[in-house]
Amino acid sequence: MSDKLTAKDFATSQEVRWCPGCGDYAILKAVQKALADAGADPSNTAFVSGIGCAARFPYYVNTYGFHTIHGRAPAIATGLKLSNPELDVWVVTGDGDSLSIGGNHLMHALRRNVGLKILLFNNEIYGLTKGQYSPTSRIGTTSPSSPKGSVDTPISPGQVAMGCGAHFFARGIDTDKVGMSDVLHQAHAFVGTSFVEIFQNCIVYNEDVFSSFTERKTAANTQLHLKHGEPMLFGEDNDKGIRFNQDTWSLEVVDAIASPDDVLVHDEGNAIIARMLIDLHLPVALGVIYRQPAVSFEHAFYAHHPSRMKRTKSIRDFIKGPSSWTVK
Amino acid sequence: MLRRASGQHQKKSFFVNENSNIESIVIRLAGDSGDGIQLMGSQFAVSTALAGADFATFPDYPAEIRAPVGTTFGVSAYQINLGGGPITTAGDAPEVLVAFNPAALKVSLPLLDKGALVIVNNDTFTARNLTKAGYDSDPREDGTLNDYQFVAADISHLNLEAVKEFGLSKSEGGRCKNFYALGMLLWMFDRELPPVEEWIKRRLASNPTMRDANVKALHAGHAFAETAELSANLSQIKLPAAEMEPGDYRSITGAEALALGLAAAGELADRQLLFCSYPITPASPLLHRLTHLAELGIGTFQAEDEIAAICAAMGASYGGMIGVTSSSGPGIALKTEAMGLAISAELPLVIVNWQRGGPSTGLPTKTEQSDLYQAVYGRNGDTPIPVLSASTSGECFDMAIEATRIALRHMTPVILLADGYLSNAAEPWKIPDLSAIDPITTNPVPDSDDSPQRRAFTRDATSLGRAWITPGMPDLMHRIGGLEKDIESGHISYDPANHQRMTDLRTAKVDAVCEYMEDQAMEYGSDSGDLVVVGWGSTYGPIYQAVRKTGVSFIHLRHLNPLPGNLGDLLSRFDKVLVPEMNNGQLTALLRAHLCVEPVPFNKVTGQPFLIRELVEKIEAVRGEAS
Repeated sequence: MSDKLTAKDFATSQEVRWCPGCGDYAILKAVQKALADAGADPSNTAFVSGIGCAARFPYYVNTYGFHTIHGRAPAIATGLKLSNPELDVWVVTGDGDSLSIGGNHLMHALRRNVGLKILLFNNEIYGLTKGQYSPTSRIGTTSPSSPKGSVDTPISPGQVAMGCGAHFFARGIDTDKVGMSDVLHQAHAFVGTSFVEIFQNCIVYNEDVFSSFTERKTAANTQLHLKHGEPMLFGEDNDKGIRFNQDTWSLEVVDAIASPDDVLVHDEGNAIIARMLIDLHLPVALGVIYRQPAVSFEHAFYAHHPSRMKRTKSIRDFIKGPSSWTVK
Repeated sequence: MLRRASGQHQKKSFFVNENSNIESIVIRLAGDSGDGIQLMGSQFAVSTALAGADFATFPDYPAEIRAPVGTTFGVSAYQINLGGGPITTAGDAPEVLVAFNPAALKVSLPLLDKGALVIVNNDTFTARNLTKAGYDSDPREDGTLNDYQFVAADISHLNLEAVKEFGLSKSEGGRCKNFYALGMLLWMFDRELPPVEEWIKRRLASNPTMRDANVKALHAGHAFAETAELSANLSQIKLPAAEMEPGDYRSITGAEALALGLAAAGELADRQLLFCSYPITPASPLLHRLTHLAELGIGTFQAEDEIAAICAAMGASYGGMIGVTSSSGPGIALKTEAMGLAISAELPLVIVNWQRGGPSTGLPTKTEQSDLYQAVYGRNGDTPIPVLSASTSGECFDMAIEATRIALRHMTPVILLADGYLSNAAEPWKIPDLSAIDPITTNPVPDSDDSPQRRAFTRDATSLGRAWITPGMPDLMHRIGGLEKDIESGHISYDPANHQRMTDLRTAKVDAVCEYMEDQAMEYGSDSGDLVVVGWGSTYGPIYQAVRKTGVSFIHLRHLNPLPGNLGDLLSRFDKVLVPEMNNGQLTALLRAHLCVEPVPFNKVTGQPFLIRELVEKIEAVRGEAS
């Protein structure tokens, strides 16, 4: 195959069945393009998903795909990756799938640093079960299961990741082609678990829940696109910046023209600033927020295995045990 | 220092010097869970094996790791039945009891027949320990032991004397006393010291002082039994070697045999194997054993929970390794949703259930066979699954291979039922001729122009198993999952008629296992008559002895789903079918439902294996009714 694959080569014959206007369409396109751009081999790529709207994803990508059960995709993907570390394994999940029913598996994939690319489509709602509030829904979310508003405190995917010892956390917005392209490219290149939270608009059950920072018109003033080694600037003319207030131990917006030296330079390896960036609201931090390379689980697993998982001896060498005797 | 009560009912006289002509003997070692009883027992079993005796063991230990010292609920015991064969159970009533403290005596004495030999560690019979054990008076003095041969030895004290030269603390020195007592036993049964000595040296290589102290304690115990007063009261007991088929033998527990069986299956299929599990009693020994077999292409993954364990195993199967998971009832319950996925996705998977007493947490360290319904029926939807069971420790090897063979041939999860008794029970095992075992094959990738999706779900006409197409194979990209799929194209399908066909297919696929199964054979006795005993799992041992004593016929099942094709015909040739089970009648119900027979159930759920005499009594009662 001499021709380079295009995004279309990563599409399947299956009719896409998300609601018209769903943010998932944009993410699907972004992922298909990212795979093509990265020169991914479809035969050597697998998408594993759990349950939910997002979990239909594998049917629409022309690679290997496994649509599994609710919340368990990271566990299945871990076994798959151990069985074949050369595979490019992606996990597609939602806020309910990965932070409620599957929270445990997400946590352990992250702390082990299994070589998985986990894409969390966060729409702050249960879509496929018709609109109940989710673990990322804000307090007061009215839904069929919370008609007077939800009372649960929402969970922060980024803080969960940091608490679990994640080594890569990034964020993107479903319809932001440029930002998503960069984030997916970085996630794909990372060795270990790359965990990407994608703000995904559910037009049926939670429309515009992210509009305070996703509206194109106001995006310049509400989005902070991070780049390692570059100052944290935003605004129409990059006139605003983020600085660290040493009195309150928090991040705050500063006039970048007046006080350019106060503006923080993004250091992906700084876990403390990363946690602050995750909580930052207006602007909302996007791009690679945290990256701290470490040995991947599968690498450690094989390196630690006495024969690198190969059969170097026969059952005949073991079957007699420590002592045996002969009956004549 | 030593005393011997003259028993009033010495029906067994082989402990005195005149008579040592016996066929087999049952010994029970009992003490605190921190006394090293299990270690002592397993080493005695190995030395017994090396002497050519047949044997069966029953480790019986509490759920607490270190229960309060001296309490009855903290008693750990190890029972071994040894001698000329065939020996298939750990024996009904111990004929020798070694009790390391009053609590061990209290718990074990009711198991003994009158006339049995009771050896106690005198040093532990303090007022405090007697109270803890619930004795109002000293059983050594109050006549409790009048009906037994009784030997009291100052084991703690003598042991400490023996290891004094090593300058150990009292507690360190005390830890050698199980080997002191083992030395005594080895003398009594005329066993060799060197194999145990070598084992101590290997095990304690990194701690030379403790190593030497334990070896010293072993020799001192042996010398004490031989030269001191003990030999005046007791003679050495010479047991005959068992008559066994010629061949190479080793001692094996169910966990060891199952680990080797899985490794052999990997080799026979020429696949690597990933074993994924979460620690649970009594399943963990299999995980531990497999970590020692890494060079056979085996990886072990300790997952974050039971669900992750089966899911990771399934992921490995998806990737082309043999995925295996193992647990006990409560853990298996958590895995059931994932089993349904493996059935739907048509992926191979081996699931081992080391059954224990239920429900809920139940009796974690005690044995039961009460997960048969769970294995056969316990999932949402119509989700048939092949179910196998192992009858003996050694048979765990064969059934692990059979389970893997079925999983790969039919592309299905398979449940292998073992139990807590088999996990730890040791027996002599004839090492199989590996070259006589057929390789395990998988279905070839269909050679056609069809789409990869269709080829992935093209099934073998007989087994109905599909090809094992795994990510990484060039240009065969396809999608699998838990949604219903079209029977031919493999794409998602909500078509009503297709769901009917797929449900029928899943049933037919499991039924197809019968096509490859040998006919059910009689385990013992004639193939028709007034009464047949039908068993499954670890009740094999006591049933086998009971039918030999009573002469009735015996069928023992290894395939529980599907049942062997000829079983109905076989059972119809008997007037009565007796089904002893360590549950409340699950196989009875299964036979009734599938074969329209009306068995007589015999159920025991005490956490303890059947006694031979219980079965003999039941068989005779049922036979009496029949005639």
